[in-house]
Amino acid sequence: MTKELICIECPKGCALSVDIENCRVVKVSGSECPKGEKYAVSEIEDPKRILTSTVLTQGLSLKMLPVRTDRPIPKSRIFEAMNEIRKIKINKAVNAGDIILENLLGIEINLIVTRDVI
Amino acid sequence: MIERDLVIVGGGPGGMAAAISAYENGIKDILLLERDQYLGGILNQCIHTGFGLNYFKEVLTGPEYADRFIKKVQGIPGIEISLKSFVVHLTKDKVLTYLRPGMVKTVKARCLIMATGCREKTREMVHIAGTRPAGVFSAGLAQKLVNIEGLLPGKEVVIVGSGDIGLIMARRFTLEGAKVKAVIEIQDKTRGLMRNVVQCVTDFDIPLYFKHKILKIFGRDRVEGISVAKVDDEMNKIQGTEFTIDCDTVLISVGLIPENELIEMAGLELDRKTNSPVSKEVNKTSMPGLFVCGNAFKVYDLADSVSKDSESAGRLAAEYLKH
Amino acid sequence: MRIYDVIIIGAGAVGASIARELSRYKLDVALLEKETEVTFGVSKSNSGIIHPGTQNPSGSLKGRLCVQGNLLTRKISRELGVDFKEVGELIAAFGEEEKTRLYELKKEAECLGVPRLEIVDSAWLRKNEPNLSKDVIAALYAPTAGIISPYRLVYDLTENAIRNGVELFTETKVDNIAVKEYFEISARKAVFKSRFLINSAGLFADEISKMVGVDDFKITPRKGEEFLLDKKNEYLTSHLIFPLPAKTSKGILVIKTSDGNPMIGPTAEDISDKEDSSTTDRGFQEVLSQVKRLVPAIDERDIIAYFAGLRPVSDNDFIIRYEDKVPGFINVAGIQSPGLTAAPAISLMVCDILKKNGLSMKKKLIFHSHRKKTIHLFAIPLEKTKKLVKKDAGYGDIVCRCEMVSAKEIKDAIDRGARTLDGIKFRTRAQAGKCHGSFCTTRLMKILSEKIDVPLIEITKRGKGSEIVKGDRRND
Repeated sequence: MTKELICIECPKGCALSVDIENCRVVKVSGSECPKGEKYAVSEIEDPKRILTSTVLTQGLSLKMLPVRTDRPIPKSRIFEAMNEIRKIKINKAVNAGDIILENLLGIEINLIVTRDVI
Repeated sequence: MIERDLVIVGGGPGGMAAAISAYENGIKDILLLERDQYLGGILNQCIHTGFGLNYFKEVLTGPEYADRFIKKVQGIPGIEISLKSFVVHLTKDKVLTYLRPGMVKTVKARCLIMATGCREKTREMVHIAGTRPAGVFSAGLAQKLVNIEGLLPGKEVVIVGSGDIGLIMARRFTLEGAKVKAVIEIQDKTRGLMRNVVQCVTDFDIPLYFKHKILKIFGRDRVEGISVAKVDDEMNKIQGTEFTIDCDTVLISVGLIPENELIEMAGLELDRKTNSPVSKEVNKTSMPGLFVCGNAFKVYDLADSVSKDSESAGRLAAEYLKH
Repeated sequence: MRIYDVIIIGAGAVGASIARELSRYKLDVALLEKETEVTFGVSKSNSGIIHPGTQNPSGSLKGRLCVQGNLLTRKISRELGVDFKEVGELIAAFGEEEKTRLYELKKEAECLGVPRLEIVDSAWLRKNEPNLSKDVIAALYAPTAGIISPYRLVYDLTENAIRNGVELFTETKVDNIAVKEYFEISARKAVFKSRFLINSAGLFADEISKMVGVDDFKITPRKGEEFLLDKKNEYLTSHLIFPLPAKTSKGILVIKTSDGNPMIGPTAEDISDKEDSSTTDRGFQEVLSQVKRLVPAIDERDIIAYFAGLRPVSDNDFIIRYEDKVPGFINVAGIQSPGLTAAPAISLMVCDILKKNGLSMKKKLIFHSHRKKTIHLFAIPLEKTKKLVKKDAGYGDIVCRCEMVSAKEIKDAIDRGARTLDGIKFRTRAQAGKCHGSFCTTRLMKILSEKIDVPLIEITKRGKGSEIVKGDRRND
């Protein structure tokens, strides 16, 4: 089976053609760089995304604190992760890069802050 | 009157990159004016990833990308940063007047870089007929409401135009629990990046209608729905293809235009169609010593390109002052 | 229970003018408005022209009141600090046949007492109105035509009336009127009683009148679509430009506005829905083609806003009368164009009617005729801004960047009664520029929410049902 994908690793958006046998990627063509091949394999076998969102603060200079996962998480668990993120409240100053939640969903992914907020 | 070697208007990615580059190229007296209370401009509300891959060879969110420049600009003593500073007047002699809470200041710039960014085209610019209820937002305003203010503009959303901010907001609304019922695009392809179609629309099974046009907005007090029809190759409505979509919110994402009202006030000519300064060379204008960079010069797809373009403006400014 | 001497239903230009006029006298007056703010009905879509009186039949009531109102408006605008500019109007004639009609119009207008009319030739027009189409061979020039901000006039009339003792009740829609010893007006779960009742309910005047048993007229909404051009076109024309009048309207015009943005329109279409203020593609095309005939330089890319208003049309003329059948009840209905101009004259006429019908009208010892002019940074020179910013830092805190509106102006507008984002827009112009509030809406919401102590999710565009947002993370 052949599947057409658009690579999302960079703004170029290469059109990939992926040959699949038994749910495994056997060949990727159309990619202008090695990232495309890696993306295609992951996208077919275990699609993942970096999740970005915001967390509510209390008593800080900004009402919402922007956050992201430090690594991509399985696409199928995005809404579950969102539910966890919505529960968090932050009331201490933080710096970009600080971890505010370890081991999100028990899959060894951390939630990190993306902006300094005092 | 106070005179400064270089005044930069705008503290977003363009203005900050221009300031750093100008300093590195020899200008030691720089005033950076930003109207907001923070540096970073629109990057602060762009909490998604997709920044920095070209410039830093890293995947960053908007605030992270901004933060790298903010830290650097703040660390350079030759750059004076003036926040909450709103320029109200500019003359052809590069004399600027700006307001700050509690003061009005006038400064003469020996050299001037305008990094004023761009604004979104409005519903009015594309002539969408119908009523004018609450619930019609530019995609960027919706982004600010959600990401900065923590407010949800609506629960059933249609996005008109497939610009990048619109696509990004399709995902953001979905993650926040709203239902995005459609993205309507009059052209036969997206206006945004393909990667955003994939990760913001396809990922969440949001219907994307190419070659469709919004005809009308309904609703007296709040948006109640829109009507849509297919268009032919000339973008005219095809009779009999009309349908309606019930929704409480319409986001408009039909493109960006450079903000150049200040240089227009100073007498520079703008292109009627693009609102960019009429110019033969990137960053230059018909006025010596006045440069325009970033999205104010021309709307770029990527913040990375804005930074590159603005660095060149910083160099040009340094060259200009040497002569 | 309190019994008012006079209750006025409807706080548009007419109701507000009457309220202010009555506030000179020792009377208990209440002004009832169904919307969240005054001027949110017919008056908010008014084009702001103070007509000289050139386009009315010589024997008409509206013609007489228009000429009189034109004079009165000058005094009122000075007293209230609302900018009035006498820009003059030109009624353009294409070809000899139309030119002949100019003479007829002039004669008729002179019978009504319109002063200083003149037929000007093409040489005059080239010199004084260079952007006018070269095909215009002559025009009727009426120098007394002027422009004013219709909503600011209504806001300031109301504010002044309140200062002089009138009570304003907004979000007070009249559901029922019982005619007993007094008028008993049921509205918003409250009952108001009054000896005299004035119906200036605009589009709904027929329905109010019917409540007391007078139903010999009907109000038809006549829709007018208008389009605003960017402020940088302020000097596109020096005068108001009219074509020769059509049967149902004054035609499609090129209008100067007191804020500087030229406006083109309006269309004129009789419809049935009194709440249909939608604009159409057809209206847009019609307006554009008509005005380009007058001023070819108009560019559709300069259009930054559009809206539709509804004129409350009864027959051809205004209905202003004491209803003998229902003693104490006065109809002021069918006030379409030139209603804004005529409003001060209408208010005098209504006072006369009240006096004649037994209301004792004694002047108050102290009437505050003047109010302090509202400050708009966009309208004053920088030198003055400097002084203001020194006095109050809030003037240096710009919220709306397209129109240069400061936080202080926004806060003042709220202090003066703004309760909605539209109310702030009409008063200050914040959100009225080319970005349409993309940049300032969030800040305006926060300022309003804080000042009137209402949660952000309850902030509305123009009253209940038009909330801006649907959820707040803080309430999760």
